Amino acid sequence: MSPVSESTTVSTEVPTEPEAPARPTPLTGRPANRLRLAKLRDLALIPPIIALLVYGYTLKPDIFLTHSYLVDSVLKYQAVLAMVVLAEALVLIVGKFDLSLESIVGIAPAVAIFLVVGNTSVLGAPWPTWTVLPVALVFGGLIGVFNGLLIVRFKLSAFIVTLAMLIFLRGLQLTLVGGSTISNLAKRVPVIDYLGNVRILTLPLSIWIVVVLFAVGIVVLGYTRVGRSLYAVGGNPDAARAAGIRVERVIWMTLVVAGLLAALAGLMMSAQLASVAANQGEGMIFMVFAAAVIGGISLDGGKGSLFGALCGVVLLGLIRSVLTLAQVAPDQIEAVYGLVILVALVLARLTSGKAQD
Amino acid sequence: MDGAQAPPVVEAVGIAKRFGPTVALADGNLSVRAGETHALVGRNGAGKSTLVGVLTGLHRADAGEVRFAGKPAPAPGDRAAWRERVACVYQRPSVVRELTVAENLFLGRQPRGRFGLLSPGRLRREAAELLEAWAVPVSPDLAARDLTVEQRQLVEIAGALSLGARFVILDEPTAQLEAKAINRLFDRLRDLQQQGVTFLFISHHLPEIYEICQRVTVFRDARHIVTAPVAELSHDKLVEAMIGEARGLVQVGADRPSVSADAEKVLELSGVGVPGFVESVDLSVRRGEIVGVAGSAASGKRQLAEAIAGLRARSGEVRVTGRVIKAGQVPAALRGGVGYLPGDRNVDGFVPGLSVAENATMTIAGKLGPRGFVLPKVRDGRANTMIADLDVHTAGPHQPVGELSGGNAQKVVMARALASDPEVLVLVQPTAGVDVRSKESLLGAVDEQTRSRRGALLVSDELDDLRVCDRVVVMVGGRVVGEHPRGWNEAELVAEIEGIGESGV
Repeated sequence: MSPVSESTTVSTEVPTEPEAPARPTPLTGRPANRLRLAKLRDLALIPPIIALLVYGYTLKPDIFLTHSYLVDSVLKYQAVLAMVVLAEALVLIVGKFDLSLESIVGIAPAVAIFLVVGNTSVLGAPWPTWTVLPVALVFGGLIGVFNGLLIVRFKLSAFIVTLAMLIFLRGLQLTLVGGSTISNLAKRVPVIDYLGNVRILTLPLSIWIVVVLFAVGIVVLGYTRVGRSLYAVGGNPDAARAAGIRVERVIWMTLVVAGLLAALAGLMMSAQLASVAANQGEGMIFMVFAAAVIGGISLDGGKGSLFGALCGVVLLGLIRSVLTLAQVAPDQIEAVYGLVILVALVLARLTSGKAQD
Repeated sequence: MDGAQAPPVVEAVGIAKRFGPTVALADGNLSVRAGETHALVGRNGAGKSTLVGVLTGLHRADAGEVRFAGKPAPAPGDRAAWRERVACVYQRPSVVRELTVAENLFLGRQPRGRFGLLSPGRLRREAAELLEAWAVPVSPDLAARDLTVEQRQLVEIAGALSLGARFVILDEPTAQLEAKAINRLFDRLRDLQQQGVTFLFISHHLPEIYEICQRVTVFRDARHIVTAPVAELSHDKLVEAMIGEARGLVQVGADRPSVSADAEKVLELSGVGVPGFVESVDLSVRRGEIVGVAGSAASGKRQLAEAIAGLRARSGEVRVTGRVIKAGQVPAALRGGVGYLPGDRNVDGFVPGLSVAENATMTIAGKLGPRGFVLPKVRDGRANTMIADLDVHTAGPHQPVGELSGGNAQKVVMARALASDPEVLVLVQPTAGVDVRSKESLLGAVDEQTRSRRGALLVSDELDDLRVCDRVVVMVGGRVVGEHPRGWNEAELVAEIEGIGESGV
C-alpha cells in the first residue's frame, strides 16, 4: 500500500474520534485544487518556452520575435515533428511503441510520389497526380495494420516488431528512390504544392494542419469514449478488458491512426523540400521520443496529454533555433542539443515529480 | 507494559511519519518480546504499513525511536545491518522469478569457488543445507516462478533467517492461501517459534490471531491503541479497538426476505464449462437472490465467474433474464446485463492512474454524452452519486484510484460493476484485503442492491461473504457438489469446500 493511500482513510471514518483531524467533505475544495494542479502540470513547459523566447530576443532583438522568423524558421520545420509526435503520443498513451513511424515519414510519400512521377510502369504507373495523398495515407495506414497484426494478434513485442519494420521500410525506400532523391516536385504534384506553399492568414497550411489535428486530438482524447479508452488500456489493459473495452481493437486502431498521421507528416516534409530524399525522416524518432517525454507522456502508457506533447515539440524547436542564433558551431550543435535535451528531461522529471520509465 | 526480562526484540516508541501533508503515523508504539508471535492489526490506513516501513528501515521516521534488542537501530543506509535484525515477507513476491530458489537465497552473496568465480555446486549445496536446516521442503533447483505462494513464503523466511535475522514480519501471509495451506504455515511458524524466531504477524483475519499469536497490538487512525495478550482481549473488544466502537463482525443481510420460488430467474447457467477448470455447471439466480459459490482455489469457481463475465471462452449456455449471452465477449455480457467485479482489484479492477470518476464509469462510457462523447459534467455527476451511494472516502471524483486505500478502491470497483445497472452482479472475492468497516459497507451494498432490483452470484471463500448469501453452492474440481440454504453450519461447509472424501484436485 502506498503511503498516500494511507492518508485517505486515516481518521476519515471515525467521526467520534476527537483528535481526528476533520476530513474534507467530499466534493468541496480539494477536487478543484486537484484539477488546477493537473492543469498546472500540463502547463509546466510554458515558463521555459517563455524563457527561451526572451533569451532568443536578447540574442537577436531585430529578428527573433518577428512573425516571419518564428513561423518560417522555427515552427514550419517543427510541423513535421509535431505530427509524428502526435502519432507517437497516441501509441505511447495506449501503452505500446512505434519506432517505424519515422520510416513511414519517408516511405509513404516515396511510394505515392514514385507511382506518379517515377520512371516505372508497375501497377499501371504513372498514376494520376491526385492519387498522391490517398496512396500515401493508405500506405501509412496499412503499415499500421500490419504492425497491429503482429503486435495484437501474434502478441509480439511492439518494440521489436516496429524496429524490424523500421529497418525493412528504410531498405525499401532506398530500393525505390535508388540512393538519390526524387526532386523538383514543385508544380508537378498539386498536394505537394498546397502543403508547401498555401498560406492561410499568413500561416503555412502545414501549421494549420498541426493546430487542427492537435485540437481534434485533444478533444477526442479528453472527451470521447474512444479517447478515454486509450488511457484505460494504457493504464491497465486487464482492468480495461474487464470493463468491456475492446483492448485489442483500441490498440490496433491507434497503430493505424499513427501510421496515417506519420504518412501525412511525410507528405508535409516532402512538400517543404519539394523532394523525397532517400533518407527522409531518418533519425527523427529520437527527437519524437524526446519531445513526447519532455512533454510529459509516459513510456509506461496511460499518462500524458497531447497539449504537453505539443509544448515539448515547441520547446525543442526553440532550443534548436536559439542554439543556431547563439552561433554554436554547426559541428557542435548536435552535441549541445543532445545535452540540452538531457537537461530538459531531468528538469521535466523534477517538476512533474513522477518517475519516467 | 513489558515484563522486566530480556529487552524486547524490537521496540518502537512514539514513531511519527508524514508523507507530504498527510500524517501516516502519528504515535506508533510497538514492543515485541523475544520468542513470541505478535499480531499487528488495524484497518486499512491505520498506519500498519508505515510502521512496517519504519521497522524495516525503508522509511525514516520523522520522530520517535526504534530499538532492536535494546540497542538503537542501524543507520538508515546500512541495509546489511537492518537485514541482520529484521526481515519482512510481503504479500507481493520479492523473489526474482527467473532465477532458481538457490540463486534467490544467495542473491548478491553467492558463495565463491576457485579464482573468486561463482561456484554453482557450492551454491546448490549451501542452499540445500539452508532449506534443510529450516525444514523447507523445496528443491533449490526449482525456478522461483514455479513456487506456490506457500513455498515462496517459506523460502523467503529461510532466506531472511540465513541472513541472521531472528525477527520476521509477515504481512498478511494467509491472504492468498487456502485453509489447508494456512494450517501448514501455522505449524511451520510454531516450529520456528520453538527455535527462537520472533514473528510480527499482520492479518485482517481475526480468528488467525487467536490461533497463532500470543499478544496483539491494535493501531487505529495512525496511532497505537492497545497492546494486550490475546487471551485478555475478547473478539468484540478487539474489533472495538480496531474500529473505535463495539460492534460484532459483519452481520449484513441477516434480515433478507426469503426469495419466492416464482421470482424471475435473472441468471441461468446450463451446462456451462470452462476448458481445464469447470466441467458442467447448472445454476440459476432469481431476482432478489444472492447465490454464493464457495470452493477452493482449484475448484474452478473463479474461472466460472470470469466466463460468465465474458473474460474466458466457455461452452454451454448463459441466459440473463431469458436472453442468451454470447460467450467470450465482455461487451456482450455487459450489454446483456452482467455486472462484474473481478477477484483481484489490483490486477483487473481499476486503472490506478485514472480518476475515481473514470474508473467508476468505465463500463458506461458510451452513455455519458451524445455520439460517443464523454461530458465531464455528466461523468462527474454520475460518479458523485456513486461515491455517495457506496460511501467511498475520496477527495472527490478526480482523485486517482491508485491513491485510495484498499477498501475504498474496492468500492470504486463495485461502483463500476453497478454502473451499468445490471440484472445480475457477478462478484469475485468482493471483500478481499479490505478492513472490517469496508467489508461491511461492501456487503451492505450487495445486500441492498439485490433486495428487489437484481440478483447476484457471489464467488468467495470468505465465510463472512457467504453469510450474506441466500444460499451457497459448493464447487469441487469444476463441479457443483452441494447446496446449503441460509443458516448453514460452518464446519460442514468448510469440510465440503476442502473436499473431504473427494478426489478434488
